Amino acid sequence: MSAPPPRRLEPSEAGAPLAVLLPFRPPPPAAFAWPRLRLVHLVGIAGLVLVVGGAAHAQASGARLSALEVIWRWLPLLMWGFGFNILMSVLSMALGTAAGLGLGLLQIGENRLLRRVAWAATQFFRNSPWLVLLFFAMFMIPFQFTVFGHTMPLPDWVKAVIGFSLPVMANMSEIVRGAVASLPSGQWEAAESLAFSRRQTMWRIILPQCVKRMLPPWMNLYSLITMATVQASIVGVSEMLTLTSQVHAAEGGRPDLLAPLYGFAMLCFFLYCYPIERFTLYLERRFQLNQ
Amino acid sequence: MLMETVARWFLDLYETTGINLTIVYDAYDRQRFLSGLGMTIYLAVVCILISIAIGAVGAWAQGSPLRVVRGLVNGFVVIFRNTPPLVQIFFFYFGLGQILPRIEDADGMRVPILTNVQWAIVSLSLFAGAFNVEIFRSGLEAVPRTTTEAAQALGYTRLGVYRHVLLPLALRICLPALNNNLVNLLKTTTLAYAIAVPETLYVSKQIWTDSQNVPVMMIVLLIVYTLLVGILVFIMHRWEKALAIPGYGQGSGR
Amino acid sequence: MAALSPPEDFGWTPDQPLIRLVDVRKSFGAIEVLKGVSLDVAKGEAICIIGPSGSGKSTLIRCINALVPIDSGTIRVEGQEVNDPDLDKLALRRKVGMVFQQYNLFPHRTALDNIMMAPLHVLKQDRREVEARARALMAKVRLAGKEKAYPGELSGGQQQRVAIARALAMRPDVMLFDEVTAALDPETVKEVLLTIRELAEEGMTCILVTHEMGFAREVADHIYFTDAGVIVEHGPPASFFDDPRDPRTQAFLGQIL
Repeated sequence: MSAPPPRRLEPSEAGAPLAVLLPFRPPPPAAFAWPRLRLVHLVGIAGLVLVVGGAAHAQASGARLSALEVIWRWLPLLMWGFGFNILMSVLSMALGTAAGLGLGLLQIGENRLLRRVAWAATQFFRNSPWLVLLFFAMFMIPFQFTVFGHTMPLPDWVKAVIGFSLPVMANMSEIVRGAVASLPSGQWEAAESLAFSRRQTMWRIILPQCVKRMLPPWMNLYSLITMATVQASIVGVSEMLTLTSQVHAAEGGRPDLLAPLYGFAMLCFFLYCYPIERFTLYLERRFQLNQ
Repeated sequence: MLMETVARWFLDLYETTGINLTIVYDAYDRQRFLSGLGMTIYLAVVCILISIAIGAVGAWAQGSPLRVVRGLVNGFVVIFRNTPPLVQIFFFYFGLGQILPRIEDADGMRVPILTNVQWAIVSLSLFAGAFNVEIFRSGLEAVPRTTTEAAQALGYTRLGVYRHVLLPLALRICLPALNNNLVNLLKTTTLAYAIAVPETLYVSKQIWTDSQNVPVMMIVLLIVYTLLVGILVFIMHRWEKALAIPGYGQGSGR
Repeated sequence: MAALSPPEDFGWTPDQPLIRLVDVRKSFGAIEVLKGVSLDVAKGEAICIIGPSGSGKSTLIRCINALVPIDSGTIRVEGQEVNDPDLDKLALRRKVGMVFQQYNLFPHRTALDNIMMAPLHVLKQDRREVEARARALMAKVRLAGKEKAYPGELSGGQQQRVAIARALAMRPDVMLFDEVTAALDPETVKEVLLTIRELAEEGMTCILVTHEMGFAREVADHIYFTDAGVIVEHGPPASFFDDPRDPRTQAFLGQIL
C-alpha cells in the first residue's frame, strides 16, 4: 500500500475499529408485505377516518347533511381534482427527472466551468422553498408563447408543472451525483485500465450500477412532489384543495365541514403515498442486503 | 445620513435601470420586509426546537413496552409523513380552529384560542417532528445493544439510559439526516403564507403587488432563502463538529 | 469513441527492454512516494516488486499504465513515452493489462460479459470471435461453467481469476498484478497463483507486486526490493533471497521468512 489512494471511507469501515457505534442505517428494516395490515396501518387509517367522520357526525342533525354524506355527494368532483394532482405530479416528475439527469451529469462532467455552474444551479434550486419556486414559475413564465407565428397559450397548470419540476430537477441532480460518488473508485480504475474512454466508462460501467442506488431516493422524491402539488391551489390552479374549498362553499360554508373535508384530502394522499413509502423502504433494505 | 445616501442611490438605480428595490429606499416597504423576515426566522427557530423535542420524545416512546403507545406514535409518524403539509395546515387552522371553542380576551372580545401564527407553529412542528422521530429512531438503532446493556448494568433506569447514553450517541449519528430535515422545515415555513401569516413570502407578495416589481422581488426572495438556508447549514455544521466523537466516522481523524 | 488508430511504431525492437523506467518521481501533496525509480523489464520476463507497506509499490505499477501521472522521469512501454502530455492513454492501456487487489469486476454484468465488454466496446471486435475467446479464457482460468454467474455469486479467488481473464481478453503485451492475492482467503490464494504462474511460463511479460515470497522466488526472473520510494536492491531470486546485501533488505526478509 504505497500511495494513499483518494478513497472515501465507507460508513461500515469507519465504524469498524470502534465497537461503540454501528453504521448509520436509514429507517426501518421491516420486510415488504403490504397486503398484510398491521397495527400501524390500522392506527393510521383509523385515525384519519375518525377525523373525517367522527368530528362531523356529532354535528349532523336534521336537514343538514352529515360530513360523510357531503363527501359522498361530491366524491366525483373531488376525485377528479385528486387525479389532476396526480397528473401534475407525474408530468413534473418526468420533466424534472430528465432535466435533473442532465444537470447531474454536468455536475460530474469533465468541463470545470460547466461543473461549477451545474453545482451552483443545483444548490440554488435545492435550497429554495418549493412555494417560492412555484411563484417564480407562475410570474416569470409568459402566459403565452409565439412559435412560428402561432400564439400558443400556456395555461396556469402547465406553468405550475414547470414550477414543480424545478426542485425535482435540483434534487435529481444531487441524487445522480451522490450515486456516482458512492461507487467504489476501483470501478473507475478497472474500466480505465481496460482502455474504456470516459464516456464509455460512464454509460456502460458507472451509470448502470447507479440505477439501483438511485431508485429509492427517486421514489421518495416522487412522493414529496405529489404532496407538494396541492400548493398549486395557492396560485389558482383548480386541483383537489381548491375544489375542496369550493365544495365547502357550495355546502353553505358550514365550519363543521372543514375538518372532515380537509381530512378526506389527507386520506386520499395518504392512501397514495403510504404504499410508495413502504415500497421505497423495502427497496432500500433489499439493496443493503445485496451489498 | 448614511441611510439617506443609500436610499438615494437605490432610487437612482430604479430611475436609470428600472431595478426597483423599494425594500431598500422606501421606509415602509423596508419595515414590512424586515418584519416578514423576522417572522420567518421566528417560525423557523420555534418549529425547529419543538420538532426536535417531538423527535426525541417520540423516538423514546417508540421503545415503549406498551403496544398501544408504540402504535400511536407510529400512526402519528405515518400520517404526518404521508400527507401534504399544506393540507395539514388547513386541517388545523380551518378545521380544528373552527371547531374549538372561542375564548374571551382582555377586552371581552371573543377570539380563537390560537392565532394563525400559533396554528402554523403547531402544524409545522408536528410535520417536521414526525420526520424527526424516524431520524432519531434510526440513530438509536445504530447504537449497539451491548451499550444499552452496559448502561443498565450500571444501574441506570430506562429513562436514564435514554437520556444519558442512547440519545447523545444517536443524536451524533443522525445529525446529517436531521440537518437535512431542518433545512426542509425552514423551506416549509413558506406554507404559512396560505393562512395569511405575514412571513417573508407573504410580505413580498404585498410589496410586489403595491410596487409592481415582481421580477426584482422574486430574485430577492430566492437570494434571501438561499442565505437563510446557508446560515442554518453553517450552524448545523458547527454543531456537528462540536459534537464529533474522536475516533469515529468522518468527523474525526482528518 | 474515436476510430482506433493503427499501432504506432515508436522505433522499438524486441531486443530492447519492453518497459523502461528512468528516474521516476511522484509526490502526493508533500509526501514523495517515488524518489527516482529506474528499472527495465525485457519481453517475456516476470519481475516481482516486494517491499514494506507504503514503500510506493502500488503507485509504481499504476504509473506504468498512466492511472497515476508521474511528476518527472521517463516511462517507456514498447518505446512509447508514458509521461508525454499528448499520450494516447487508451492506446497504451490496450497494450497493458492490469489486475487489482479488490478484483474490481463490474457487478452488474455476468462473468462472461465482464470479459467480453472491453474487446467489444473498446476494440470493436466481432462478437462471435470475442465470445469464443472469452469462453476459452474462462476455461483457461479453470472457471468453465461459471460464465453466467454474477461477480457477487463467485468466491474471491474465482472473481480474481475472472479479472485476470478480463485483462487477458484485450491481448495485452504486459500484465500488471497489484497485490492480487492480498484480499483473498488462504485457500483460494493457491488457485490464483497457479493461474499467474502458467501465464508467466507461457512467456507473458508480468510485473507483480506481491507479499507472497515463496511465489516470487519460484516465478520471478528478477526481484526488486523497494523501501521508502527507492529501489534498495534487485537481482535474480536465488541471490536476492539467499544472499541479500543491503541491511534494509536483510531486515525485511528477516521479518517475513
